[in-house]
Amino acid sequence: MNGAQDLGGMMGFGPITPEPVKPVFHAPWEKRAFAITLAMGATGEWNIDMSRFARESMPPERYLASSYYEIWLAGLETLLAERDLVRPEEIAAGHSLRQSRPVKRVLAADQVDAALAKGGPVDRPASAPARFSIGDKVRAKIMHPEGHTRIPRYCRGQTGIIETIHGCHVFPDDSAAGRGENPTWLYGVAFDGRAIWGADAAEDLSLRIDLWEPYLDPL
Amino acid sequence: MAHDHGPGQDGESHAGHSHEGSHLSETELRVRALESILIEKGYVDPQALDRFIETYETKVGPHNGAHVVAKAWREPDFRDWLRRDATAAIHALGYIGRQGEHMVAVENTPEQHNMIVCTLCSCYPWPVLGLPPVWYKSAPYRAKVVRDPHGVLADFGVTLPEKTRIRVWDSTAEVRYLVVPMRPAGTEGWSEQELARLVTRDSMIGTGLALSPQQAAETGR
Repeated sequence: MNGAQDLGGMMGFGPITPEPVKPVFHAPWEKRAFAITLAMGATGEWNIDMSRFARESMPPERYLASSYYEIWLAGLETLLAERDLVRPEEIAAGHSLRQSRPVKRVLAADQVDAALAKGGPVDRPASAPARFSIGDKVRAKIMHPEGHTRIPRYCRGQTGIIETIHGCHVFPDDSAAGRGENPTWLYGVAFDGRAIWGADAAEDLSLRIDLWEPYLDPL
Repeated sequence: MAHDHGPGQDGESHAGHSHEGSHLSETELRVRALESILIEKGYVDPQALDRFIETYETKVGPHNGAHVVAKAWREPDFRDWLRRDATAAIHALGYIGRQGEHMVAVENTPEQHNMIVCTLCSCYPWPVLGLPPVWYKSAPYRAKVVRDPHGVLADFGVTLPEKTRIRVWDSTAEVRYLVVPMRPAGTEGWSEQELARLVTRDSMIGTGLALSPQQAAETGR
């Protein structure tokens, strides 16, 4: 979706503020927001693509005014409400107001290390050969889906070159919508900076973007 | 430290400080409420929450990535492995799992400087770098680096030689990137541990360079 999350190329946000490695968290509540997001992610009630879609579905003015853990918190509240696990009025009340259904899994403390080590690989066996080969010229499609997608606006319609074939990966557009994993080929595509930004970009800039096959047309 | 906080995180914008004498902001209250509801409903194990926090506050961090880079600087075989199959090479050092399932290492050279971003969210190689800094997840960096990386480097006080091209890697999929910065001069014969001290977090994102031995001495690393 063309939400506020798709930031590449926007202007006016001002300079970047570097920061040291520590502290990792900047307020105690950030730790809690982080931990409940990961723990609820482990319940299997949604996948990572659904959680990204929940975050980017925030109204743009709210997204841009929020810190990243505030965005995570808002996304988590949305996912919980959509599945009727926690209703907004319960958060307002500060406690559970009813018996809600159990979640699929509850991650115990002694399972955390193993769950983190396992992660969530998204490479899958291929069901069809890759359409493109390394060195092929492609055009990123002009597309504006209202659902989740991982093709940034700044590269849509632009010509690039296939540099890497990563393998067959879960297709986020389908996965976020609950249409299944539908693994499809994922490519590393190189774009010339000036092709994207015109003469205002530095001559020596190139971009590499990971794009799934359904985002690409042959040239 | 207000400068560490992203937009809207300064507390003032949340109409806090007014909740029945509490000093908690609206966000703090919501997080606290949600956590206790999730525990009450049996959806999360409170001790698991602490374990998540402890892991990323104390165990996983950029010292892992610095180890990877220092080893690549010293051992050509490891560097080749990292080029061919970064996931396996990094895994072999014990840095595995969430947000590092599919790794690619990109090496800086005199000809090309690499920078990593996730313009669409906050994708970042957790097992080697830990959790991302605030700026990595915030609009200024995500918006600017794909269009004006030289300007971003200027914000970090970095200038590159004229002849060095820039490549920006946008982490739009589940592939995670680690920049291998150039090895500083004057480090011949250094041990892995000595070299690792020169490898900053920012140098592995591409917003910085590895420290020279002089810089490391000055900063007390």
